Amino acid sequence: MQPGRLRLMIAALAFGAIAVPAQAATVRIVMENLVISPAEASAKVGDTIELVNKDVLTHTATARNGDFDVMMPPKKTATYVLEKPGSVDYYCRFHPNMKATLKIEP
Amino acid sequence: MFVRLGAAIAAITLVSGAALAEGKLTDPQIAHIAYTAGSIDIAAAKQAQTKATNKDVKAFADDMVRDHEAVNKQALDLVKKLNVTPEDNDTSKALSKAAADKLAELSKLSGAAYDKAYVANEVAYHKTVNGALETQLIPSASNAELKSLLQTGLKIFQGHEQHAEHVAAELK
Ligand SMILES: [Cu+2]
Repeated sequence: MQPGRLRLMIAALAFGAIAVPAQAATVRIVMENLVISPAEASAKVGDTIELVNKDVLTHTATARNGDFDVMMPPKKTATYVLEKPGSVDYYCRFHPNMKATLKIEP
Repeated sequence: MFVRLGAAIAAITLVSGAALAEGKLTDPQIAHIAYTAGSIDIAAAKQAQTKATNKDVKAFADDMVRDHEAVNKQALDLVKKLNVTPEDNDTSKALSKAAADKLAELSKLSGAAYDKAYVANEVAYHKTVNGALETQLIPSASNAELKSLLQTGLKIFQGHEQHAEHVAAELK
């Protein structure tokens, strides 16, 4: 193996380690029959939220504090990477009865 | 207020009266009623999209078009799959007649008066439809998939009723 190529690989590994912390996880939240479950989920900054919409209706996950507003078409899954810590109440703009909380640790 | 309440009561009476007169509804009739009920709300919402002035009322109308079109599409897909032809009936006819009258009545209003009347009718209308779903359509449905679609519809429309009540309260 050429030394240049090895350096590149190490650089890639190091970069990877910074960009994706080892503990980054995917948290799955399901919207089905106009209910968000779990009603309370915990995650960390850097984690990916996977929003699964099992309904035939379009839903949104809209943070009351304005941190995020993700739209999910019917029967589709959307993903969103958490950027800010905090306890965020969110709801669906189209179906305001759909409410849940996301606790995001730093 | 008196006129509005009167219209709501008349609609409820029409729905339950017509359905009761027919005895047990068949699945093709139920599918027709459910589809008609959705179409009526879409027509009302489309009128609101052009006439409403309040932004919450406009957003509510957008929600109604989006949801009812989605549910009606689901209903059409299901009847196709089940090879059922929706069958017109007295309940559907009564609903359509009441809706056409209401649409004409609302078309004469404008501004805040229109917004209020539209939302008040949405509350009354969803109450009527939800009552019919709960007491007649769901219990009468024989096919399990149709029953399940109606149950999902009920859940959605109950949300609409509460949403409409919330918007109505904000308008006061
Ligand atoms: Cu929703």
